[in-house]
Order: sequence, then structure tokens, then C-alpha cells
Amino acid sequence: MQTKKIINDGNRAVDEMLEGILAAHPRHLKSVDGSPRSIIARDGPRQGKVGLVIGGGSGHEPSFLGFVGKGLADAAAIGNVFASPPPDPILECAKAVSSGAGVLFMYGNYAGDVMNFDMAAEMAAMDDIEVRTVLSTDDVASAPRDQRHKRRGVAGNFFIFKAAGAACDRMLSFDECERIAGKANDHTFTMGVALSPCSLPQTRRPNFEIEPDEMEIGMGIHGEPGIAREKLKTADEITDEMLDRILGEMAPARGDKVAVLVNSLGSTPLMELYIMNRRVKQRLDEIGVSIHASWVGNYCTSLEMAGASITLHRLDGELQTMLDHPCDCAMFRAG
Amino acid sequence: MTIDTARLVAMFAAIANAMSADRDRLCALDGVIGDADHGIAMELGFSAARDAVAALDTAAADPTALLNTAAKSFLNAVGASSGPLYATALMRGAAAVKGKTTLDDAETVALFQAMAKGIQDRGKAEPGEKTMIDAWAPAAQAAGEALASGKGLAASLEAAAQAAKAGAEATKAMIATKGRASRLGERSLGHMDPGAASAVTVIEAMRVALTS
Repeated sequence: MQTKKIINDGNRAVDEMLEGILAAHPRHLKSVDGSPRSIIARDGPRQGKVGLVIGGGSGHEPSFLGFVGKGLADAAAIGNVFASPPPDPILECAKAVSSGAGVLFMYGNYAGDVMNFDMAAEMAAMDDIEVRTVLSTDDVASAPRDQRHKRRGVAGNFFIFKAAGAACDRMLSFDECERIAGKANDHTFTMGVALSPCSLPQTRRPNFEIEPDEMEIGMGIHGEPGIAREKLKTADEITDEMLDRILGEMAPARGDKVAVLVNSLGSTPLMELYIMNRRVKQRLDEIGVSIHASWVGNYCTSLEMAGASITLHRLDGELQTMLDHPCDCAMFRAG
Repeated sequence: MTIDTARLVAMFAAIANAMSADRDRLCALDGVIGDADHGIAMELGFSAARDAVAALDTAAADPTALLNTAAKSFLNAVGASSGPLYATALMRGAAAVKGKTTLDDAETVALFQAMAKGIQDRGKAEPGEKTMIDAWAPAAQAAGEALASGKGLAASLEAAAQAAKAGAEATKAMIATKGRASRLGERSLGHMDPGAASAVTVIEAMRVALTS
């Protein structure tokens, strides 16, 4: 049986969504002429500023293009559902935001994204645009700790892009922007849990099978299998299981400061996210870690998947400055 | 057997048809160990390649131009992993037959082998890592060996198709170390790699279109 979706044509879903987004956010976003999958900030790129290009597959809205705007990313290259954009729209983004200070490519660590963004970087080099790449690898569940470089990038992109965008907006040097982006990634840890699958607009079939009473800890944002399938537990138990893994790696000291993101994978409602967030606060209070800021809602979704992720972003003075730096994007504002 | 550009146009139509027919099976295979979109990407890519080469003037375009057109259209339609991998395959194939207007048996096998090498170079995968290269590498080797032993194109591509099939089957016993499934570790055991499965379909469609 096919899943129910409000679409016209599965093959047109991404482009029709983009038309709707541009119609809703004309003050923030526009597409590059002749390259409709390259979305740039109206008020972002400027002379002497390092350009920040983010991107990835569709289906994660408001990631990625919701984070395009002044103070955050200058452009986003948009792929098909759950598929990296090809090199051309990425290259067009790089050209549109390049002002000679260098262009930073930032995206989640997936084989397809790496190949396409690397090809775009090679093409940009031929146009005398220097590109450097910082991959996000915040998904604790996706590889062992000693292989952090192999991990996927998931909802923690939110904090990682935020820090890099602030560094770029503060007109820091290319070296500094790259360093801060990498540091933000090192300080960011995410764990997810999935309860029910999503379905792609083209197939309208569930992308994995799971029993009505089961959950999968560590599942990826494209439905990639996680680390354990278990019976569904209570919100506190689930949150504890996720936090234990995050805190085990982050190893915060009493008095440390973090920012928190409790993110829905699509159909899990705010009520459940806030119940989880309540537990996050209790646990962090217990170990004397203070919460500088929290975001609860849809930030990196997986179409209509049910489930959630928790991200902790460990702050020092520098990362706190970057987090507090104002930004004004189509789907996110801060400061 | 001589392969001309019209035959290559027909080959892309055959691959696109085969991918449409195989789409849901490939998505289901990908759903087990990946993100369930592989069949969509392969259908989209080869449909775009088919349409782009069908629009060419086959009298004016040589095989190199045709294959490069297919590569670019595949890449821009898809992105993903299969985009760069198959686009590189087709561009390497194009380079391997540069200057030819038609292809004889040896040149067609050289094209086929260059495709496999392109996928391997772009994806940086070695055989045994549970990727499409586990179908493409043995297929390229088998085609080369058959040709070297004096066999014609039909028998060489038949050997390639058999080797691809055996290679894809063998991925069931492999643990993924590349691509999305690599995060699964041992949980990828027992499942055929969807990229290897689609490679079998591509190679079989090529064989039929180039030798029938």
C-alpha cells in the first residue's frame, strides 16, 4: 500500500517545494539565475567575507536552505530527496558567494555528498575560487569513537553551521573560519531514535520495516539502520539511553556549558520533544552542566519519519560568541 | 560486430528500461542496508542519459561525444553516489574510444573496462568492500580474458554478465566498509549490495543491446 502524501508528482516534489519556499521567503532567499537548485541569501555574501556554502539532499527541511541568510550560510545547494546535489548547482553557489576571500563547503559526511562537493571544488579551482571543506560528523551512533571521521553528519549541523556562519559574518580570515567550523564539529554530539519509517515521494513506500512496539536507537536521518532495535521505552528511558552515549563521549566537567537541540525527525510532535527536553535538563542539572540555550522543534527532519534526536554542543567562550552572534534566515533567527 | 552511435543510443534506452523495471527491487534492497533511494537514482540517471543521447544527431556525434553527453546528463539528474560514479564511468569510457567513429569488439571491451576503472577510481573502493565494484571489477576482468582468449564481443559480454552476477551474489557474504552501509558493520552481512545488484542489471542490458 502506498503512503499518503500531499504532492502533485513525486518527481516534481523538490522543485515545487523550492517554488513554494521562494514564494514564502522572498526577503531572504533567491535562486541563482539559470540554476534553480542553487539558493542564495539576499543579504549575506559581501566583499571580503568568506563565503559559506552548505547543502545536501532534500527531505530534511528546514535543513539545509532554511539556514541560509545573513549571519549563517550564504548559499545552499539542493539535491533530490535524500541524495546529494550534483556538482553544477554546488559550483553555481560557490561562484555566487565568492568574493575572493575563499569559500567554505560544509555538509554532512556521506559518500555521495563528498564525491559531488569534491568535484564541484575541483571545478571551482579552475575558476580561481579557493574552496575548503569541513565535514560534519556529529552522529555518535554511526561509527566507533576512534573513527569519528567516518561518522555521519545529522542534526548537529545546526550548531556546526551556526558557528561557521558567525565566523564568516564576523569577517574572520579563511583560516579562522575553517578552524572554528572544525572545532564546532568536534564539540557537537548527536544521537537519534526512530519509531516509524518515512517514504520517498517517488516510491511512497515505507523505507524500512519496524514492529509497532519497537524503536531503533541510532538510526540515521535517511533511515540507515542504527545500533540497536529495542522495545519502545518511556521518554525518560529513551532520553537517558541517548544521553548516556553522548555524555560518555563528551565527558563534560561540572560547570561546563552546553547548547541543546531536541529535534523531531518529522512527525514526532513538540509535546514529545518537550518531554524529552525536560529529561535532558534534569540529567544535565544532576551533573552540574548548565544550558546556555535550547532549541526544540523541527531542524533536521527525515520527511515524515517518527522519532527524534538530541544534540549537545559543548561551549567555550569562542563557540558561545559564535552561537550568540545574530543571524536572520528564512526559517531561523537568533540574536 | 561493429558498434555505431545508433547502437549506443539504443543501449542507453535499454539500460533505462531495465532500470525502470528494476527500480522497486533496488529500492527494497537499499532499504535493508541503506536509504532506499538507489533504484530511483539509477532510473532517473539512465532516463536522463537516454533522453540526452536520443536528442543528439547520431550522424554527427561520435561515440566519445555521445558518452560524454550521457555522463553529464546522468550526473546532473542524480547527484547522490551513483551520479559521480556512473558519470565518471561514462567519461572514462568516452576517453577510451576517443577518435573512433565505430567500435570493433576490442574497442567495445576497452570501453567496458574503462567504465569499471572509472567507478573504482571515483569511489576509491576495492573488491571485497561490498560495493558496485564487486560486480564491475570481475565483469571487466572476465570480458578482457574472454576477448584475449579469442572470443568475440557476444561471448566476452556474456562472460562479463556472468561474472557480475556472481560478484553481486558474493556481496551477501561481505561486510560493508564503504558508503552508507559501512556504518552497519556486521549487520550488512547476508544482504546483497544494491549498487552491485544494479550493476548486474546495467551490464546485462548493455550485453543484450550491444550483441543482439
